[in-house]
Amino acid sequence: MASIGERPPPLDGFVTSLPTNPHARDLSKLGRPKSVAARVLRERIIVGALATAACFSILVTAAIIVVLAKETIGFFQFDEVSLGEFFGGTEWNPLLGAEKHFGIWPLVAGTLLVTVIAASFALPLGLIAAIYLSEYASPRVRATLKPALEILAGVPTVVYGFFALTAITPLLQRLSPDTFGSYNAMSAGLATGIMILPIVCSLSEDALRAVPRSLRDGAFALGGTRFDVSVKVVVPAALSGIVAAFLLAISRAVGETMIVALAAGGVAQITANPAAEVQTMTAYMVQIFLGDAPAFGVEYKSSYAVAATLFVMTFVLTMIGQYILRRFREEYD
Amino acid sequence: MAAVRSASTRLLANRAFLTLCLAATSIAMLVLAILLLAIFVQGWSGLSWDFLTGLPSRKADKAGVFVALMGSLWVCAICGLLALPLGVATAVFLEEFAQKTRFTRIVQTNIMNLAGVPSIVYGILGLTAFARMFGAFGTNVEDAITLGSEESLFFLRIPFGSSVLAGGLTLMLVILPVVIIATQEALRAVPGSLRAGAFALGATRWQTVWGITLPAAVPGIMTGAILAMSRAIGESAPLLVLGGALFVSGAPENLMSDFAVLPLQIYNWASRPQESFHAIAASAIILQLVVLFLFNGIAVFIRQKLQKPLQ
Repeated sequence: MASIGERPPPLDGFVTSLPTNPHARDLSKLGRPKSVAARVLRERIIVGALATAACFSILVTAAIIVVLAKETIGFFQFDEVSLGEFFGGTEWNPLLGAEKHFGIWPLVAGTLLVTVIAASFALPLGLIAAIYLSEYASPRVRATLKPALEILAGVPTVVYGFFALTAITPLLQRLSPDTFGSYNAMSAGLATGIMILPIVCSLSEDALRAVPRSLRDGAFALGGTRFDVSVKVVVPAALSGIVAAFLLAISRAVGETMIVALAAGGVAQITANPAAEVQTMTAYMVQIFLGDAPAFGVEYKSSYAVAATLFVMTFVLTMIGQYILRRFREEYD
Repeated sequence: MAAVRSASTRLLANRAFLTLCLAATSIAMLVLAILLLAIFVQGWSGLSWDFLTGLPSRKADKAGVFVALMGSLWVCAICGLLALPLGVATAVFLEEFAQKTRFTRIVQTNIMNLAGVPSIVYGILGLTAFARMFGAFGTNVEDAITLGSEESLFFLRIPFGSSVLAGGLTLMLVILPVVIIATQEALRAVPGSLRAGAFALGATRWQTVWGITLPAAVPGIMTGAILAMSRAIGESAPLLVLGGALFVSGAPENLMSDFAVLPLQIYNWASRPQESFHAIAASAIILQLVVLFLFNGIAVFIRQKLQKPLQ
C-alpha cells in the first residue's frame, strides 16, 4: 500500500500539483484498525484533554486578576491609604519619613517619561528601517538584516540595563557633564528604546510585506517613484499592522523592568526632565520584592496595587492593538 | 488635492528618503554593534575556565557563574517540559478541533492578552500561587508539608517556596502564550488539502492531527519553541520577584533547592558600584549571549534544513 507521503502518478488533464507531506507518518505502521466505538471513545478523551489544556490559559488570566484584586483590596484596607489619595495623590513616599504617602502618579509619570523617550527613539527609527528593509533593500541585505533583528529581539533585557549603566550614562555625562547623574531617565529610556527597536522594525516589516504586490505595481504604473509607492500606498495599506506593532512595543516599554531597575534610579517624582532620577512602577516592585520592606506590611501590599495598575495599563494597550488589527485590517485576497 | 509636482522634485524626494532610510538603518545597526562591542571589551578578559566553574564569592576576582548556570539549566528544563506540551495541546485544540464559537474567540483574545502581560506580573502570580500557594498552608517555612527526604531527588515541599520548581512554573506562565502563538502559526501554514486528503481516507480528526498535520508542522513548532526557550533563559524580572535568591552557595540538587539564574547573577553584579563587578557582569553577559546565539542558530538551522517545502 502506498504511504501518504508518496505522490500519485500524474494524470493527463487533471490537477497534478497536489501537496504532499514529506513529514507524514506511515499510517500503515500505526497498528491494526480499531473498532469505530474505540476510535470515537479515544477521540472524545483526546478532545477533552486538549480542551482542558486550552482552558488553562483562561485559568492563568483569572488567577492574575484574582491575586491582584485580592491583595489590592487588602492594601486599601490599611488606615494609611485611601482610594482618593492613590488615584489623586502626587506623592509616593512609602518607605521613608514619618508620614507615608501613596499617590500613584509619580510612579506613572516615571514610567511614562521612560516610555516616551524610548518610543520617540525607537518608533520613527524602527518604522523607517522597516520601510527600507521591505521596499528598498536588495534580497541579500534583507536576508542578513532580518535574522540579525530577530536575534537582537531575544537579547535579555538585563543586558540592555547593563549597557545603559556602563555605556549610555557615561556617554551622556561626557556630553553634558553637569546635567546627568549616575541614574537618570534619559539613559534608561534610550536603552529601552534600543530594546524595543527590533520589535518595532520586525513587526512593521511583516505588516509592510503583507501588502500585496499588485498595489505596488499599480502605483508604479501610475508613475510613482519608489518613495511615492512606499509612503503613500504601502504604508497606509499596512497602517493597522504598523499601529499594532507600535502599541505592542509601547506596552513592552511600559512593562520593562530590569533596565529601569538598573539605570533609572529610585526617586519617585513627577518630572518631565530627562536628566532627572525617576522611579517607574516596575522598579518600585523590584525594590519591594528585593526585601526593602517587611512582608505583609502596607509597603509590601502597595506593590500589588502598583502591579494591578500596570496590568490594567498594558491590558488596555493590548486590547486597543487587537481592536485596531481586527477593525482596520485591509483584506486584499 | 495636492498640486502635481514636477518629476525632478519627486525624484529628489525619493533620493532624500532613500538617504534617510539608509541613515536610520545604519544608526540602528551601529547602536547594536556598539552595544555588543562595549560588552565584549569589558568582559572578554574575565572569561576563563575558573570563571565558568567558580562558585559565588564576595570578591569579584574569585567569583564564578557555575551555580547560576546550573540554576538556569534546571529552571529552563522544568519550564520547557511543562510549557511545550501544554502550549502545543492548546494550539492544536484551537486550530484543529475547536469550532469558531464565542468560547474559542475569548480563548484566542485571552492568549493575545497574556502575551502582552509584563513578565514581572507573572512573577507576582508565581510568588502568590506557587511559592506561597495563596497562604493556604501557613506562611512559615516550618509549617510546610514535606514528602520524601531532603537528600532525595524527589523531595517535595508544599508550598514550593522560592524553589527551582516554582521558578520553572513561573517561567512556564511567561512563555506559554509565545509557544501557543508560534504553534498556531505553524499549524495554519499546513495546507488544508492535506487534512482533506486524510479525512477522505476515513481518518478521524485525531488521526489526521497525529499522522498528518503535526508532523508537517514540527519544524515550525520547534523553531517557535526554541525561540520561546531563549526568552525563558533571559528572563530575570519574574524570578527576581519570586525571590530567586541572589546569594546561593551551591547548584540545585532537587526540585526544592534554592536557585540563582544567570540573568539574575548579572543583575546582582551590575547593580553593585564596584568596577570589578561590572567587569565580571560583562563576562557573564558574553556567556548569556553565546547561549542565545546558539539557540537562534539551531532555530535557523531547523527552519532551513528540516523544513522541506510542501510541494
